[in-house]
Amino acid sequence: MAIVETRKLTKVFRRGNVGAVNDVDLQSREGEFLVLLGPSGSGKTTLLRMIAGLEEPTSGEILIGGRVVNDLTPRERGIAMVFQSYALYPHLTAFNNIVFPLKAQGIGKQERQRRADWAASLLGIKHLFQRKPRELSGGERQRVALARAIVREPSLFLLDEPLSNLDAKLRASAREELEQFQKRIGTTAIYVTHDQVEAMAMGDRVVVMSQGIVRQIGTPAEVYDEPADTFVATFLGSPPMNIVPAGSVIVGFRPEHFLPPGVAERMGEHVEYRFKITHSEYLGAERILYGCIVGGPFNDRKVISRIPATHGAEIVDENVYAFAVAHRDLKFFDPQTERRTAAARLPQ
Amino acid sequence: MFMPAILYIVALVGVPFVMAFVYSVGDVKVGSTHYHFVGLRNFISIVHNPTFIRSLENSFFFTIVSQILVLVGSTILALALKDAFPGRRLLRFLILLPWVAPVSIGSIGWKWILDSLYSVINWVLVRMHLVKPFDTPVWLGEPKLAMISVILVHTWHMLPFATVILLAGLTAIPKDIPEAAAVDGAGFFRTLFQITIPMMLPIINVAVLFGVIFTFTDMTVVYILTRGGPYDSTQVIPSLAFFTGVLGSDLAEGAAISIFMVPVLVIVTYMVLRSAYRAEVT
Repeated sequence: MAIVETRKLTKVFRRGNVGAVNDVDLQSREGEFLVLLGPSGSGKTTLLRMIAGLEEPTSGEILIGGRVVNDLTPRERGIAMVFQSYALYPHLTAFNNIVFPLKAQGIGKQERQRRADWAASLLGIKHLFQRKPRELSGGERQRVALARAIVREPSLFLLDEPLSNLDAKLRASAREELEQFQKRIGTTAIYVTHDQVEAMAMGDRVVVMSQGIVRQIGTPAEVYDEPADTFVATFLGSPPMNIVPAGSVIVGFRPEHFLPPGVAERMGEHVEYRFKITHSEYLGAERILYGCIVGGPFNDRKVISRIPATHGAEIVDENVYAFAVAHRDLKFFDPQTERRTAAARLPQ
Repeated sequence: MFMPAILYIVALVGVPFVMAFVYSVGDVKVGSTHYHFVGLRNFISIVHNPTFIRSLENSFFFTIVSQILVLVGSTILALALKDAFPGRRLLRFLILLPWVAPVSIGSIGWKWILDSLYSVINWVLVRMHLVKPFDTPVWLGEPKLAMISVILVHTWHMLPFATVILLAGLTAIPKDIPEAAAVDGAGFFRTLFQITIPMMLPIINVAVLFGVIFTFTDMTVVYILTRGGPYDSTQVIPSLAFFTGVLGSDLAEGAAISIFMVPVLVIVTYMVLRSAYRAEVT
């Protein structure tokens, strides 16, 4: 088990260009499941590859278990990695794939068999031992890749979007399994994904990245409820947070906090806006209402509301309703820096 | 639609091939017009000819040794040329040159390099005090040295072709795989022998198949450098067929000698194709 730390870690691929990763300071906790979340091109995979030793940092330090590992090869770092493509060796059977890292360590045959059996029983893949990767389904390949990663009992576990090649249904169950699995073996894991649902569901903490910069680090609840800037606010949540500029401040509120008449009364202190609905989507469990605010300082601003389908009120497209947001659900951002600011007075 | 292609193949490959078969069981000589069927007489005659046996052995030796050298060399070159570095394009171009240049011109160059009087290799060896000035190695005049010279020059010629094929196979391996091996703790040689080369096997087979066929049927290097000498020590089947059939006027026996290559090449082709197929399937 180990703690990973990066200090001012930077990677510039082409001199003079903006770095893929810029001055990233990060510290994992013991046994933690840390998720790096960001859109494509945000530098999360590059950051992971630098921790793995597959990419050389331009500047900054990487520490694993308190030791600077910048100059160590991947094999000397005692890590295991699951690749997006799984990177199974196509000419070797599942068993030989799993014991490959053990062979590289010079571990004896009996011990190799024992550890492979242990890993395979954890993942339920013993019956696949003699198959080649080509003869395995996506989910089975993922398990073999996981088994190959854990047989060495690594101090750190790196996962690069390991679920993105699975179909949607399998992904949900694999996600839960992976999470349980990590809790059981208790190894610190760093997990890269662009899928916010995965990040929220699995992460002990989430690192939100964009353009090579860490925007926010926090528990899923923290990054969702208390976004540090407008990027985090709009990247997390689907549909994203409503962002409305209001003079010297930017106001944000989540669609699920923008509620129709009848609910507003129970909110306590709140602000009301006249909401003209242009169109709506019925999604089974909920309804998404698209429209714009009419009148007041936010006149004509496009906003979205998300209400439970069980909410009885009849809401018809093209009509105007009085919607409301509770004061405590309003977030304020600085228009220059786009960072969070303290609660401000709302322009009326 | 395919007519031109079929005509072309029949005229340039089919007709000479059938004629070689017909000649090999007849008594055709250069300058005579009659043809008598003689059955297997030519074949019986050549298998009793010590020069032929010698050439057959030389052909195998020449082919196997040069192919091993080509394989090892081209694997090293392909690995070295895989990753980008400044000047890689120029280096790739230079390495490809021996293949692009006609083998006859290259061989004539080598004939001078290995010449008994004007050899630059000997000049260098003398200057480095490795050999005495009037006791230099006669590269093309001593049986063993002649064979070594012929093999090395042929390897020089074949190396680029194999390198290009292996390079294609090497770049076809997804980048993730060697990275996974690195993270799994495999060093350079473990990755090379347990991951890279096994994954390249199908394409290595192709390189070997072409290499063996080009080498076994080639006589240019031998013809230009040694003419099969000294004392037939570098004589190979294709050159012997040429000397007997064309220069020696015995077309029938020359044809019989060259027909001897067919079963060998068929067996080699079959073996290589089968192992390529296996590597693909399992």
